[in-house]
Parts: sequence; structure tokens; C-alpha cells
Amino acid sequence: MSGAEKIAVKVTDVVPLNDLVTRFKFERVDGGLLPTFSGGAHTVVEMPEGDITRLNPYSLMSDPMDQSAYTISVRRDDEGRGGSLFMHNKVKVGDEMTISYPVNLFSLDLRAKKHLFLAGGIGITPFLAQIKQLERFNGNWELHYACRTESLGSYVDELTSHHPNETHIYYDDQDDKIDLLNLLDGQPLGTHIYVCGPKGMIDWVRNTAAAEGWPREAIHYEEFLAPQPGKPFEVKLAVSNKVIQVGEQESLLEAMEREGVDAPYLCRGGACGQCETRVIDYTGNFIHRDHWLDDDEHANGEKIMPCVSRFEGKTLVLDR
Amino acid sequence: MTIQFNDETFRDDYSFYNSERAIKRFPFPFHEDSYMYSVNMEQHRGGPVDSVYEKRFDVDEHYVSEMRDREMVLADDPLRCQSLPHMTLAGWDLLELIMVSKSEDYPDLFELHRDGNNWRWVNKPLGIDDSFVFLDETTLPYGPMEYITRQAQGDFCVLDQRDDNLWMDAGMVTTQADWSLDFDIGMNFFEWHAPVPLAHEKGIFVRALKFLLNIQQGAPARRLNWTMTVNPLLDTSPENYHKWGIQKTTLTPENLGAKQHLRVELQTFFRLPRSNALVFPIRCYLCSFQDLMTVPKWGRRLHRVIRDLPEELATYKGFIDNRPMMLDYLSKFDDGLPTSDGIWPDFETEPALQT
Amino acid sequence: MSKFQFPQSIKSRPVYGTLEPREGSAHLFIADAHGAEAILDVATTSLMAKAHIIYIPKGEAFEDDLRALNAASFYAGPSYAAAEQRIHKALADAKMGLQVYLAGTEGVMGQAQNAAMQAGIPHTAIQTEHRGSTARRMQCVHCKGITEDVETDPFQCAHCGLHLFVRDHYSRRLAAYQGVRIDAEDHGNVPEPKGIYE
Repeated sequence: MSGAEKIAVKVTDVVPLNDLVTRFKFERVDGGLLPTFSGGAHTVVEMPEGDITRLNPYSLMSDPMDQSAYTISVRRDDEGRGGSLFMHNKVKVGDEMTISYPVNLFSLDLRAKKHLFLAGGIGITPFLAQIKQLERFNGNWELHYACRTESLGSYVDELTSHHPNETHIYYDDQDDKIDLLNLLDGQPLGTHIYVCGPKGMIDWVRNTAAAEGWPREAIHYEEFLAPQPGKPFEVKLAVSNKVIQVGEQESLLEAMEREGVDAPYLCRGGACGQCETRVIDYTGNFIHRDHWLDDDEHANGEKIMPCVSRFEGKTLVLDR
Repeated sequence: MTIQFNDETFRDDYSFYNSERAIKRFPFPFHEDSYMYSVNMEQHRGGPVDSVYEKRFDVDEHYVSEMRDREMVLADDPLRCQSLPHMTLAGWDLLELIMVSKSEDYPDLFELHRDGNNWRWVNKPLGIDDSFVFLDETTLPYGPMEYITRQAQGDFCVLDQRDDNLWMDAGMVTTQADWSLDFDIGMNFFEWHAPVPLAHEKGIFVRALKFLLNIQQGAPARRLNWTMTVNPLLDTSPENYHKWGIQKTTLTPENLGAKQHLRVELQTFFRLPRSNALVFPIRCYLCSFQDLMTVPKWGRRLHRVIRDLPEELATYKGFIDNRPMMLDYLSKFDDGLPTSDGIWPDFETEPALQT
Repeated sequence: MSKFQFPQSIKSRPVYGTLEPREGSAHLFIADAHGAEAILDVATTSLMAKAHIIYIPKGEAFEDDLRALNAASFYAGPSYAAAEQRIHKALADAKMGLQVYLAGTEGVMGQAQNAAMQAGIPHTAIQTEHRGSTARRMQCVHCKGITEDVETDPFQCAHCGLHLFVRDHYSRRLAAYQGVRIDAEDHGNVPEPKGIYE
């Protein structure tokens, strides 16, 4: 099973929101209806460029019940390998693209008596869909959204005008910080926290809530990692009996796909665990970037997540 | 209509029967001459014409009578259908999946007309023509899951997905292989499978759960499971075991061919879009030994499988006491010839029984 | 009183641990009979400052010792049913960060765990420690009646009178093990009862 089912779409709207974030709208090429989805779901967008096809996950931010179109928001990453740059610089209205069926690794716990959303920057996108879902069913929610500056506050105006009582905005440059301890204190039993943003923010929320006695199951988080460029390396694939080269600008998973090796995946962002691959032999060092494997597994050299992790050294033999 | 529906019973006088067509399309569960647990999953995307795999939800000659039996079970014991409060959205997902699938796959039997959220559902075999508002519970006589599963063969478990596990949080369970929804509701995947012997030790459930958690929208999966039932009794529930258990002792060498049934479950798995829940329909097919023996390959194979089955499994599946009598019967249909791979009858290529 | 070592069992059977102090905004202790000893073992002054103890003595003489812990709130009552409304109120008033500690027999721990789960606490976040009687709370799968304090297998359903065998299959929602007619396939053939763990 490699990835979810595919959908052929055309780009019907490209809206730059601010210096960093642009919104894209997709409709089906055949004019039909898109599948409904659950708030928190993402789609994997295929970005063919030369002989490399990058596949990046983006949270769906449109109304889950709206089958006419999907929208995503992409934050430009000037340091990365160019997936977001491709979206910003190359994708135009009318282009045809391939996206995946919705996959949800960050779904609402519908038993929750209250949903407490904590967003940092572009981490706001899954909450936009979740809020629309909860509004449809009279859900109890509250949003705390930290942005760098007012001008980079994507969707702040929309949120504060539609949901003035539920939305709380914090601007970093105004020294405005989420008062987390105070926020956690007094939440009713059955409250669930959802956090999406930079790794530091996720760790801060998880650790603080745990220290305040919140159960692990009541804290949900999602962070997709973009694969980072790195030194080229060579890999032997034992099952397919191939030796392949992983280039500077591609991930190990992409290199396997380029060579026609069927490798499973879902999120391509180090979160879902689908691409977990057994290491048969190695001499060198792993550069683990996923948050699927735990610290022990990162240390023992028995597994690698080829979607985001790399290798530096002499020999790497994988069970693929 | 393309299907002639049987007028039959699954209790008391047991007038249930399989037509010749139904026997040919029976989902014989053994692909080789032996059996052990495995995560035998495959994609559920159609199959050979007129096989039980062809449609998303198979409708066959037993449909109307099975729905009548379900109605009787629910009248006796409404707890066979339960949905925890957070599962209502999943119930609507399931209603949509079944209505859309059946109206597309059997347009002569079912119709779905949609105008926004105003829906009209026509079920010709059951004589139903209802208009309702999608996602508005007040416009249906039952909750959405109960409404649609009173019109769909097989049991339905609706599983919530959270904390890397699946939770049995809703279901319609009236044709079950001896387990109780009322007892198991709220359990996770490992807990509701806890009584199954051997499979935990073999890591079957860990692998199966990993597979199921990753089933995605638009990519359903399926597998077969099986057990044995004396008399074509659909409701082999623990609730009523004190009544039906004694029927197992009514087998004789003379009546075994007609009374002993192989009970096969076609289990399918669909991701539900709005709720991110997973629905696990368990469709039960019954076939008497004497009907199965009309397929030479199945006769040879069933004898070998039952003969070699580990004792724990024969005990768990509830036929350890009757196994010797079953083997006496089945051995007459095993001439020792080899059998072809796979579950299909292979009438053209498999030789008749050599006597 | 020494702690009973339960034999290895199937995955639906609850596994009990040893209470340990945890960080939290408040601490709710619910125990019966010898469960008091587990509270006495874990209690600290700081824990008790934010603690609510609900205790069902069942004839055991721990009430004074527990009261002497000076919990912020203390109740001792005759039965779980008598304490139930107080438990529901405590949970309804509680905030996230509440820690729940259960100790004593399976029947009382199971029912209190169910109440806490209904209030929104995941079962894995609720601490339990078994003390005292190993009798089980059984549900008859046929008549749905609950028989408390079952010590033998098989036993007779207190409601429908059928002879039931004691399964290890356990439902958190019902806070009970499953009892199934033992002579369903051979009416009248009921083996001599013996202790569940004999």
C-alpha cells in the first residue's frame, strides 16, 4: 500500500495572503464531487519537477462538508528543498495536479466535552477545517493562535470576525504570549487539547500539560516535517537487489520511488509510521528527523523512516 | 427484479435454503487444504461476476428474510443495536455509504435521490420510500446507523479510531458468532478479541490492527472468517446460548448433512469520511454440509481442514464434541485427489468424486 | 494484608498496579474495605491537602486511620450505591488535572472507574490497586442481572437462577465479568463449584 488513492484536480484559485503564505484551491478535473473528509485531514500534493516528483502533505482547511473544492495554504520555506517554492513560484490557476484522498492523522476526539486548539503560525490550517466541522454540530471549542506579526497572521481577520468569543490571537512581536498555565487551569473534565505548530511549541504544550496532570490521551498534536536536503549517500536495497544513490535535494523515500521500488507511505512527514524500514546493516551515522520512532529506536540503528531521515557514512543496507 | 427473494426462516422450523446459484457463489473460506489464523486481507474492489465480492455490499436471495429475522431479534432485545453518543456522525457516514453503494450497484432494487441535504431513499424489496434530511436525526424513525442496518444484511461494527487503537463504540449485531455487543461495546481491538485463542500469541492482532488503522478513504479491504453452526441459525448470540446451545447435541449421522452448516463471514472494512471512524461489516453466509458436498473440490478440502484443525480452534469454534461425527460424514467425500489452489469451485477443472 | 497475585490472563481482564502520587490539580480517592491500606501507603501531607477520600468500610476498621490523614474532604458510607451521588458530584465539579486513585475490590474499583470515564478521564489515566477480597462482580449474559461478590466457578445467577461459568472477559462499561450458562449443551450437568483461582 503506497499512499492513499489519487485524485486529478485543477487549480482554480491562487491567493497570496501575505509575504509567506499562499492559498490554493483545487477542483476535480472531471467536474465531479470531491470526497468529504474529517477536520484535521491532509492531502498529499504531487509536485513533478524534472525527473523528481516531490509529494508534500498539506492540511485541508476548507469546510469538510464542501465537496466542490479543497483549499490548502502553503507557507514558503526558502531554506527547504523547494516543495513550497514550487507551489509558490510554479503553480498557476488552470494547472492540473494530482492530490491524494484525504488522510487524517489529527482527528478530533468526538467524545471531548471541549476542544482546546493551540495554533502556531501555519499550524492554523487543520483547525480551520475542524472549527467548521464543530460549528456544524454545535461543538464546544476555543482557539489560541500565536502569530509572528499582525501582517503574518493568516486568517486572523476571518476568525475574529466569525468567532469573536472563541478566538484569541497572540502576536510574538508585541510580546504577547499564550499564558499556558493559566489556560490549562480550570478547564472542565473531558477537555482535549490539540496543538499544531513548530516543534518547540508542541513540546512546550505537551510537557506543560503533562506536568499539570493532564492525561496523555487528551493531548493531540501534529507537525509535518519537510524532508531536509543533505549530503548525497548510497543505499543498498536488499529485497529489490538494487544499489541506489540519494541525491542532495531528494529524500530516501523519493530516491526509492525514482528507482521503481514500491515503498509504503502515507504522510511523508515523519508522523504516520507507514514507511518504517528495517536496517539490515550499516557503517556510519543516521540523521533521524521523524517523530515516529522513539529515542531508543533512534539510537539503536535498527530502523529508519525514509520520508524525512538521512544517512551519512560508508554502508547502509535496508530491508526493501 | 433480478433476484428472487426466498421466503424462509432462520429459527423454529428452519426453512432456510440455498438455491443452486447461492451454493455456487458461497464464499468457501479455505484457499488450501489446511487452516491457521492469518491476516488474510485483500483490497475490496469487486471480484468475479456474481461472486459475493462483486459489489460493495452483497445483496442475495436471503435479503428480505434476513431483515425480517433481524426485526424479530431487535424486538426481543433492543440492546443488539447500540451507538455511544459520539458515534452519531459515523452513523450518518455509514448510512451514506450504504445508500450510495446500493443505489449504484443495484439500481433496480434501490434508489437514492439527493437534493442538497434533502434525501429520498427507496428500498423496493422491503417496500420502503422515505424522505429525510441528511444529518438531521429527527427526520428518521431510528438513529442513522440503526435505520440503514435494519435494511442491510450482516452485522455492522462501527469503530472509533483514537490513541492508535480501534474502539467498538457502535454496532448492529444480530447474526454474530457468539459474541455480545452489549458486553463488548466500548472495548478496544485487543480487548474484544481477548477470548480468541492462539492468535494473540502469533501476533495476528498486532499486525491486523496496524493494517486496519491505515485503511484509507476510497480503499476498502476484506477477508473471510468462518465457524460452524448446527441448524441455519443466524442469531447465535451469547444472550440466547442457553436456548440454542442444546441444538448442537441434536446431530446424528443421518441428519448431519442437512443440519450442520459451515458459517462464513465476509468481513469488509471501510474508512468513513466525516467521522474518520472505520466500519466493519460482518456478513454471514450459511451453507449445509450436503450442499457444500455438491462441489467436489470443497468436499475434499473441508474434510482435510476439519481433520487437521488444532484442538484449541475446534474448541473455540464450538464443534470439538461433534468433530468425530463430522469427519465420518466428510471422509466419504474425500477421495485423496489433490485440490487446486484458491477458494473457487473450479467445476471445469476439478474432477468429480472418485468412488 | 498481603497483595493477591492474579494469574496471567486474557487482554480484556483488568491489570491492577500500585498507587503512586501524581501531579494534579486535585486528588480523588475511592476505596472499599482493605483498599484503605493502599491509600494509607500513598498518602502524603501535600497530596491530602487537595484530596477527597470516599471510603466504603464494609466492616473493616480503617475509617479512623483514613480520617486522621486530614484530607480536604472525607466521607465514609455504607455502600457504593450510597456514595454514588457524591462521586458524580465530585467528578462533575472537577477540572482537568484531577487525579483519580481507586483501591480495594474489583467491584468497587470497576464501578468508580466507569464513573470517572463517563466524566471524561481515559481509563488508562486512572490508577488502581487491588486489595482484599478477590470476589468478582458478574453479569449474567442471558438475563443481564449483576451478581456481586462471586467467589466460585460455576455460580448461580442471583436473578434468573441459571448456573454460570465465570469468564475472564471483562467489560469496563458494565464493571463486570461475563457469566455464561455452563450446562447449555448438557442441561443439568453442573460441575461442583470451586474457588475462581483454585
